[in-house]
Formats: sequence, structure tokens, C-alpha cells
Amino acid sequence: MLIFRLKDLEDFKPTPEQIHERLNWLAGIAAQNKLADQGNSLLPFVGSAKTVRPDNIVTDGPYTEIKEFLVGYVVVRTETIDEAVEIAKQNPIFKLGGNIEIREVLKHH
Amino acid sequence: MSTKQLDSNRLLSDLYRQEHLKMIAVLCSCFGLKHIEVAEDIIGETFLKASENWATASVPEIPAAWLYTVAKNKAKDYLKRNTIFETIIAGDIKPEEGEPEWDFELSSKQIEDSQLAMIFAVCDPSNSKEGQVCLALQVLCGFSVEEIANAFLSKVETIKKRLLRARSKLRESHFQIQVLSEFDIKFRQDSVLKTLYLLFNEGYFSRTSNQLIRNELCAEAIRLTLILTENLLTDTIETKALLALMCYQSSRLEARTNDRGEALLFEEQDQNLWNKDLIEKGNYYLVQAFQGDQVSKYHLEAGIAYWHTNKTAKDKWQHILNLYNQLVLTEYSPITALNRAFAIAKVYGYEKAILETEKLKLDDNDQYHKLLGYLYETIETDKAIDHYSTAVQLTKSKTAKQILLKKIAELIAKS
Repeated sequence: MLIFRLKDLEDFKPTPEQIHERLNWLAGIAAQNKLADQGNSLLPFVGSAKTVRPDNIVTDGPYTEIKEFLVGYVVVRTETIDEAVEIAKQNPIFKLGGNIEIREVLKHH
Repeated sequence: MSTKQLDSNRLLSDLYRQEHLKMIAVLCSCFGLKHIEVAEDIIGETFLKASENWATASVPEIPAAWLYTVAKNKAKDYLKRNTIFETIIAGDIKPEEGEPEWDFELSSKQIEDSQLAMIFAVCDPSNSKEGQVCLALQVLCGFSVEEIANAFLSKVETIKKRLLRARSKLRESHFQIQVLSEFDIKFRQDSVLKTLYLLFNEGYFSRTSNQLIRNELCAEAIRLTLILTENLLTDTIETKALLALMCYQSSRLEARTNDRGEALLFEEQDQNLWNKDLIEKGNYYLVQAFQGDQVSKYHLEAGIAYWHTNKTAKDKWQHILNLYNQLVLTEYSPITALNRAFAIAKVYGYEKAILETEKLKLDDNDQYHKLLGYLYETIETDKAIDHYSTAVQLTKSKTAKQILLKKIAELIAKS
């Protein structure tokens, strides 16, 4: 699973050019038949993000504590984690100073 | 053969194509799919009688009506004989019961419903792709086994085997040839559209270079899709999108091969040969198809076909690439991945396209090597020759082999 994070809320509203780049990247994975799940974008705005803590404490969003916030994920199908890393490297998010965390999904047999 | 005979033969083969579905649907609505062979025999006998009568006497004023009357009488005879036979064998004669009344006088609405039900009965998703298309050609379009074999460039025996399996499933299916239930429509509509799409593609990307067969397959697919648009329940936006796609593709049928039957790229086609009426029809159905919020793969493919009809639009290839992006996300197929790579070449240049194409790793695919050969032509001639040579090894089509060998020879001459 590739997990996307950004630093600046403003970057969440992509320009048409950025949308093209993202779609090209995602379709490029699908064209290799390696896309397992298109995933989702996760809205980081007030009203769209809440965190629940022990003792029923609810706060707005996760961004008060951390500098980066989660904006989405996709799931790819690869032989090795390195292959997934190579796919991630092509993503345009780095131009915005974002990052991608890569995690192997536990398989249930 | 006299002209009169020739005319009557031509008329009969046209009528056979036009009326076959209607006749078999009406007969099966009476006999049930279990006895589809009886229905086919009756149709065969009816046309035989017509060919004998019309060649010597004159052709009736309304030929289709004549055919229906004869078929109806034959069906009644069959049922009478069959009832007598069954009662004698079974030995339980019930004298009080009169002759069962069989109603062949169907209203045009009932005929339409039967036709539609017949299409849905044939497009059984549990059959293989090839099985579905063969069965559709035979039962819905009245193609003979030989004609299907010609269209598929297959042996008659192979087609017979495919049909045998598919037909036995059809006979045993629960389908009633009457008004379709909403459940049947919901459950099978996808499969029906898919079969019609495959039938069309069989014509459009046909293995045969016989232009007549190709046109006929495409025309049949359009005819059947039009039947779907005549019923409110099956006239979905997906159906319209598929129809739009078929219209756009058909508009280029004349232009897409040269006089030797070799396929031409869009850029090489004589655009004056594109059929403007069909493009207009495509536009009409595409606009209608986008009146909902659902976008199917037929929408995307029709969209791509639309942009291809547009010669001059500035962002044409950017639009096409976007649509291929969405298409490959909707449903992966190697050919979509390759077409997408070609669109990348048009938008971002050949070097970028080579990178994207090589990631696909479709080493056993002749089209993959053909595309790489094409992209490398101006960049690295040796690699282009290598890829074209691999494509020659992999392709099964003789014409494709010749075209590739010609390209290789040209490249060697230049280098």
C-alpha cells in the first residue's frame, strides 16, 4: 500500500496540470496490470477529518499534532517491495514536498 | 441461372438475414428453447419452399408475409403430428379435449418482446466469449456454420464444437421467450452488451480480410443493438454509448484498409471515405449516452472514437490519452495499455512513450514489439529492427508479417 502525505493544505487542491500528472501515473500502474485498488483521496479539511481518543475526546483533524497529514492511498500488486518503491518514485507528489510511505499488506490465507 | 432466379435468390438471402431472428423468436416463444431445432427446421423448410416457388412462379407481393404464413402452417402441422404421435405412444387419448390452439398471431409488440428475449437467452455469460459470438451469429443472425468459420478463419469442425456446447446450454436454460423480467434484464444486460461488442469487434478487427464479411458482422451487431434501444428497459445509457461506438467505428470501415486489404493507421486513411452520416449518428447517441452520471467502458471507447473523427482539434491527443487512462483504470487489457502508450507518444513524445511501453513487459505480444519498433524507428534503428523482427516471429497474420518485413527492409536500407 502506498500512503500519501502532504505538508501544506493548499496543495490538496490540485491544478488541472497536477490532475493530469496524477492520472497518468495511476493509469501507468494499471497499464502494467499492477494496480490492485485505486484507493481513495482523504479530505484533510475541517469538518472532513476527526480524531477520536480515549475517554470520548474528539478533535478536529489530525493536523494539530503533526506537521504532515494523510491525503490518500492506493494499493499496488508487485513481486517485491522494491518494485513498489520504484512505482512510488514516479509519483508527482514529491514536487509538492509530500512523501509516500510504502507498506506491505498482510495477506489472509 | 436466369436473372429471375438470381434476383429471387438475392431477395431470399436478404430476407433470411432480416427475418431470421423474428421467425426463430416467434417459433421459440411457442415451442420453448428446448425445441429450438424444430424451429430451425421449420425456418429452413420455409425458405426451401420459397426458393422453389419463387424461382418458377412469381415472387409474392409481400414476401415476408408469405414466409410467415408458410412457417405458421408448418408449425401447426408439426404440433398436430407431434400431439398425435405423443398420444399414441403415451396411449392416453383424451377425446374430450379438442385440438390445442396455438397462437401464432402475435402482435408487433409481442414479436419485439420475443426478439429481445431471444437476444438475452443467447448471450449467456457462462459460455466462452467465442461460444457466445458463434451462437449469436447462428441463432440471432442466421449465419451458417460455414459462414461463421469463414468469418473466424477457423475450421468448420472447430465452430461446430463450440456451437454444440453453447447450444446445449441454451436448450437447457430457464429462459422463456416472452416478455423479459426486470430481473433477467438486470442480470444479463452486461453480458448482452458484451456479446454485441465482441460481435462488432469480430467484424471490425476481423481476422479475415474479406471486406464483405466484415461489413456484415458490423451491420448485424448494430442491428441487434438497435433492437435494445427500442425497449425502454434495455435502452440504457450504456446501450447508447455502445451504439455510438459502433457508429463511429463503422464510419471508417471503408477507409481503414487499402485496396490490398491491409489495415491503415488513422493518419494514413483517406478521410473523404469516412461516412459522415454514421459520424452524425455516433454524435447523436454519444450525447444521449452522457445524460446520466454513469460512465462505462463503452462511453470511454466511444469518446476515443469521437476524438479520432476529429481531424484538427488542438488537444485531441491529450483528450484521447485521458480517456485511455480512464479506460485502463476501468478494465485492464494489453491492447488498451498499448494504445495508451501510443497516445503518450503523441502527447509527450516518443522517448517518454518508450519508457512507458517497456514497463508493460508484454514480451509475447506481437503488437507490443510492433509499437516499440515504431517508436524506436527515428531514435535507434537497430532496436527498431530487433523489435519488428520479434513481431514477425510472433504474429499469426500473413498480411501483418508482410507489412513488418517491408518495414524492416526499409530500415535496413536507410541505416
